[in-house]
Amino acid sequence: MTAAEMVNKLDLQVFSGENGLDREVSGGYVSDLLSDVMGNADEGQVWITLQTHKNVMAIASLKELAAVILVNGHKPDEDAAAQSNEEDIPLLGTPLSAFDITGKLYELIHK
Amino acid sequence: MNRYRADLHVHTVLSPCGDLEMSPVNIVSIAARKGIDILGITDHNSTKHVALIKKLAEKEGIFVIGGAEVTTREEIHCLALFENNDSLVKFQQFLDAHLADVKNKPDIFGHQVVVNAEDIILEEEEKLLISATSKSLDEVQQFVHQLDGLFIPAHIDRPSYSMFSQLGFIPPDLKADALEISKQVSEEEMRSKHPELHDFTLIGCSDAHYPEQIGSRTSIFEMQHRSLSEIRKALAGEEGRKVWMKEVGSK
Repeated sequence: MTAAEMVNKLDLQVFSGENGLDREVSGGYVSDLLSDVMGNADEGQVWITLQTHKNVMAIASLKELAAVILVNGHKPDEDAAAQSNEEDIPLLGTPLSAFDITGKLYELIHK
Repeated sequence: MNRYRADLHVHTVLSPCGDLEMSPVNIVSIAARKGIDILGITDHNSTKHVALIKKLAEKEGIFVIGGAEVTTREEIHCLALFENNDSLVKFQQFLDAHLADVKNKPDIFGHQVVVNAEDIILEEEEKLLISATSKSLDEVQQFVHQLDGLFIPAHIDRPSYSMFSQLGFIPPDLKADALEISKQVSEEEMRSKHPELHDFTLIGCSDAHYPEQIGSRTSIFEMQHRSLSEIRKALAGEEGRKVWMKEVGSK
């Protein structure tokens, strides 16, 4: 599944990084601690978080993640969105909670 | 009693976000020019520039307490400051053992270099220094105090990597020597917004990452002489010692 397909199926908002929507999604990781994501997320995963600042994109780029989904209706900081465009890593959003969007994504990936 | 001007939170070129101009030699000469009497060297999770800066600063009559801006497991930035070399060595060992083993990518985060007094690069730090240690706020505080250091949670008002952003409140049993507030806020604003801070001493530092920021916010210590034990007394308001913040823009 590509990030674009995931956007359609989960009805996600695309804030930035559209050029990266062809990235392949291999799985997901849920955490709000950046150091935890640094240590434990794997390449190609979608990161689900409520953090909205620029460092999120630095970590996403370091770990070569497929996309980042901001939960609970959070919007990215301006410089985070700019960084996402630079790195071509989509920054996405949902009004759902981390629990709900994770459940839906898990079903999509593992069905 | 004497008055000393202190900037206890300064980064060097070793921090990935520290400007390349923040070499030990430059930092000391700027601090001297700006009338800094007490300088705190606090790179992210590394003490490796402290010894050289201490040596250079001695010639300028600047008292250096060094340590690091350590990142706790909760991703709270805290200043850890030491006077004696033995504690500094032990604290570096603690950082080596507990900082996450993630490699820096200089094109994303910036270079992390240790230089000598001629600005020649001696070492490029491979571990990403802005990642976190595996030790909790309490564990870091206990270890810093075991080593007879000062423990000062940094920029507590900031929206990221601060006590308020990560915990949402100041733990009532927190054993901090002081709390640092950022340049974005005055002591008056902070105290009126957070009456729960009344038991804590607040200090202001520059958190300089660029040369022109050194000394851009300082605290004035009134005490007998410059030593860590006098600084600790001033932070606690003991034996007539005291500390107050110089507000941004004030002379």
